[in-house]
Amino acid sequence: MLRGDLEGEDLEKYVEERVVTTTFEKMLNLARANSIFPLTFGLACCAIEAPISIVTARYDLARFGAEALRASPRQADLIILSGRVSIKMAPVVRRLYDQMLEPKWAISMGACSSSGGMFANYAVVQGADKFMPIDLHVPGCPPRPEAVMYGFNKLQRKIMGSPDQGWRQRYNAAGTEEWARGGPASKPSLEAAEAYELARELTLA
Amino acid sequence: MPDGPGLELLRGEIDVDAPGAVLATSFEKERAVLIVDAARILDVLAWLRDTPGQGFRFLSSLHVADYLPAEPRFGVHYELLNRERVERIRVKAMLPSESPEIASCVDLFPTANFQEREAFDFFGIVFTGHPELTRILLPEDYVGWPQRRDFPVGGEPVTFTYSEKRYG
Repeated sequence: MLRGDLEGEDLEKYVEERVVTTTFEKMLNLARANSIFPLTFGLACCAIEAPISIVTARYDLARFGAEALRASPRQADLIILSGRVSIKMAPVVRRLYDQMLEPKWAISMGACSSSGGMFANYAVVQGADKFMPIDLHVPGCPPRPEAVMYGFNKLQRKIMGSPDQGWRQRYNAAGTEEWARGGPASKPSLEAAEAYELARELTLA
Repeated sequence: MPDGPGLELLRGEIDVDAPGAVLATSFEKERAVLIVDAARILDVLAWLRDTPGQGFRFLSSLHVADYLPAEPRFGVHYELLNRERVERIRVKAMLPSESPEIASCVDLFPTANFQEREAFDFFGIVFTGHPELTRILLPEDYVGWPQRRDFPVGGEPVTFTYSEKRYG
């Protein structure tokens, strides 16, 4: 289009349709979420599903911009703990995590790395969040590659500022909280209780 | 593998060269076992290895079992193999629960090096004369002998809200 083709309101409308204004933070997080470099790293049988299967042509993690698995933690920003972490491996995993550059994320994949799984014994750490921060837990034994990719998408949304929060209000799902059904020790915080009451009123109204 | 009478003949032959070393024999489930005095384990192993006509020159496994209520409590098992005749024999020495010690057979069978370290790692059996008796699989600073039967299982109890609501 040449200069002078549009004027006045037509020009305003044209610009409005083609330009998006956003904050620098949001733009940065969008870029981070869609160019994750996972670490080439496997611990046990879950490694067959996560770092191996999901980069194959059948599942293809490249669709989400994460096909470049790095062999060095200094170039990676996502570590997937795929398998049980033995007490002898835990310092090594922690060191790998410490060597990764900020910003960095960690996915605990499967029952074993999330809670020890069936290995309730002297040799296995009962949950990887005992020695390093975990952003996301993927349940399963082992989780299917689809489950890992769903977790990966969740992580992307978390990086982009958690747009998933507030879904109970949007889906009229008040009352599905664990603590609302009279679960054990987890007591609701004051804000959570208020939010729950608000959501409940909105739902019932 | 020697059969029942063959095992008794073998015991008689050992008794000639090392009197009193073999305490008993057992033949169960097609497996010949020589139960020997722990203090003289090296005599028996060397005899089985070096005597002409025996030739148990291969130590296929060395492992330990914990028979907890029993005393003596630990059984050290040596699985010997004659590779010419494909014949196996098990030599077993019992050790007490208080400071279990037995002579190392690394000089006879170099493969025993790592296997004795593993037995030390998990059961706390001390093999005297071993070149480097340190932990092999567990971390160096680990405390305790986790494969002993009186070692706590470990892990953490997991509570599920469903069970608590329904059965609590």
